[in-house]
Amino acid sequence: MSSVQKHLKGIHVDHCKNTAGMPIVPIPVPEKVYIPMSQHIGAPCQPTVAVGDHVKVGQVIGDNEAPMCAPIHASVSGDVAAIEKRMTAMGRVDTVIVIASDGKQEPAETVVPPVVTNKEEFLKAVRASGMVGLGGAAFPTHIKYNPRNPESVDTLVVNGAECEPYITVDHQTMVESAQEIMDGMKHIMHFLNLKKGIIGIETNKPDAIAKFKELFAGSPELEVNELQQQYPQGAERVLIYESTGKHLIAGKLPADVGVIISNVSTVLKIEQFLKTGMPLISKSLTVDGNVIKDPKNIEVPIGTPISDIVEFCGGYTGEPKKILMGGPMMGKALPNDDAAIIKGNNAILAFDGAFAQINPETACINCGRCVRACPMNLMPTAIHKAYEHKDLEALKKYHATSCMECGCCTYVCPARKQLSFINKLAKTFVMTEGGKK
Amino acid sequence: MSEAKHKNLIVSSAPHVVSPVNTSRIMLDVIIALIPAMIMAVYVFGMRALLLTAVCVAACVFFEYATRKILNRSQTIGDLSAVVTGVILSFNLPATLPLWMAVVGCFVAIVLVKQLFGGLGQNFANPAIAGRIVLFVSFATAMTTWPLPQAQQTADAMTGATPLGLFAKGLEVPSNATMFFGTIGGSMGEVSALALLIGGVYLVIKKVIEPTIPVCFIGTVAVMALLTGNDPIFHVCAGGVMLGAIFMATDYVTSPITTKGKVIFGIGCGLLTMVIRLYASYPEGVSFAILIMNILTPHIDDLTRLQLNGVPKGGDK
Repeated sequence: MSSVQKHLKGIHVDHCKNTAGMPIVPIPVPEKVYIPMSQHIGAPCQPTVAVGDHVKVGQVIGDNEAPMCAPIHASVSGDVAAIEKRMTAMGRVDTVIVIASDGKQEPAETVVPPVVTNKEEFLKAVRASGMVGLGGAAFPTHIKYNPRNPESVDTLVVNGAECEPYITVDHQTMVESAQEIMDGMKHIMHFLNLKKGIIGIETNKPDAIAKFKELFAGSPELEVNELQQQYPQGAERVLIYESTGKHLIAGKLPADVGVIISNVSTVLKIEQFLKTGMPLISKSLTVDGNVIKDPKNIEVPIGTPISDIVEFCGGYTGEPKKILMGGPMMGKALPNDDAAIIKGNNAILAFDGAFAQINPETACINCGRCVRACPMNLMPTAIHKAYEHKDLEALKKYHATSCMECGCCTYVCPARKQLSFINKLAKTFVMTEGGKK
Repeated sequence: MSEAKHKNLIVSSAPHVVSPVNTSRIMLDVIIALIPAMIMAVYVFGMRALLLTAVCVAACVFFEYATRKILNRSQTIGDLSAVVTGVILSFNLPATLPLWMAVVGCFVAIVLVKQLFGGLGQNFANPAIAGRIVLFVSFATAMTTWPLPQAQQTADAMTGATPLGLFAKGLEVPSNATMFFGTIGGSMGEVSALALLIGGVYLVIKKVIEPTIPVCFIGTVAVMALLTGNDPIFHVCAGGVMLGAIFMATDYVTSPITTKGKVIFGIGCGLLTMVIRLYASYPEGVSFAILIMNILTPHIDDLTRLQLNGVPKGGDK
């Protein structure tokens, strides 16, 4: 991007990257895994196995004909112990396939490197890998890679910003697997006919930046974009702007501004699938928080219960009061610790009561901190007031639907207003025309 | 997994961390920023200044507590905003004002202007400004009986005109150095431009205020003075410009949110101040200027609404 271009607004949050530099270690195969059938945006999968079936690692256990769907694979070898309804980390009751592991981790016969020579075969392979956006949104990747306007899409943006506090697993992934990520970028660009590849990394990861700069030396089509340290650099719309200078407004897709954007771990997993044929059956994540004994970066089979992960990290040092799936800015708070890891997971953070304390709200003093923080240039306080009056016209005037829920406004609010949450409600209110639709 | 080891965790919407700055921390910073001016007030006018401030603070906090109690609302004295109002109101008064009159001003500021409109964040005008104006029109004599700085008092001259009073009558005014340091007559907290500037710099460094409004306000006063053939330094240091620009025009509640809005607000305050000083019958116009701009603030906010990123001007519906 040109130097005259302005940066988007944002905030500075304590990084708390306690696990920085810790290698990603695999955890022992769990006794049982609990694999939900809905781990992505779109149609849930239907189980393709029955109770009692023997399954092997990488075997398809759930799929759906619907276009907006990515298949789900067995992450361990063993027997299907149950197919039942359970509350999942997505916050709803879903069909879950429970597999009792036999500990052998036998790969399925279907796990062979795919033959990919053109775009069609590439998209088929991406779908077969079960890939969804691993940055957290879990949008099926093969849909994203197949835009309606392929002729005007020319840039691949890879997200290595990792602006959320605590999380270091993408950083570690970049350091450990830079070569594979670069190969993945080249493959994606080759098959999707993209001319330019940009990896965006915050400057608090100098080793990752140096590594990619060195690797990219002979590839003029690849570029490292060093991002200033500011939250939320890793938000899709912010990263696209910081990489290409183009604004992505609400309701538009990255492809509409000529961009395909993927997380570093998505690119890595695609490259690994092309090389080995092993689909998305495990996820690397950061385990941290002030009640976790030994914070770590780990690689876990999808479906591993959080309690197993905590045990692997030395257990709790105190009573956990808040457990987050994801970072403290945008992560989901879980009601208990029996949920299982899903594809879109990048961290498990557990905190004590002092951290979890919710501060009482006081009156808005019109200080404008939220307005100065909003990367989208919204006026959260005005949206908050309009929503209190259920004023549909004003909510439209203030572009409530353009909020990306990054949480900057809530973070800076001295009155402790839940601005980001209110905005979420306001969005639904506007999209349903005031609840009438 | 079926038997969760830790149930009943706290579930709330993201984000799960907040900045350490809250409302009472902001108010505390404003109080800290007012300390240099307080010290100067005591230096210039003696311990009576400190007594007046103490009475105003006590009255404001009491009125806030009592109104909320009577109206059956949650207590808010912990946010320290009443303390700030008390200090600033006292800074706007002659150091020798009878204490009961100051208490009347506190009543107007806290009960009528702040709490009856809904409390902190809802008031349409700065409570301290409104309190001062009511006192000014109600007790005109007491409010314009300015004690001279202690060092300049003699047995038969305890009071005298302020520099702006002298200016209005076309008499000789103190030197710019004296005006800047603050050994002059006037409201107890407004005399020392130096002390107020120190407070202002503290607020900007602590990111409590943005410099936009003070710079536009003071800048406009200086430019207006130049254009009308007056001494800009005199007009900037005289009267309530420094106190008003740094501590009262920057009141979040009654000033615009956006930078563009702040520029309009600051320039408006400066223009009105100078128009009143030069062409109206009052020697000083800061409080009226700020009050008028306070009332215009909602309209300024509406006119300076931010444009959404990526939406061309005029293209949003």
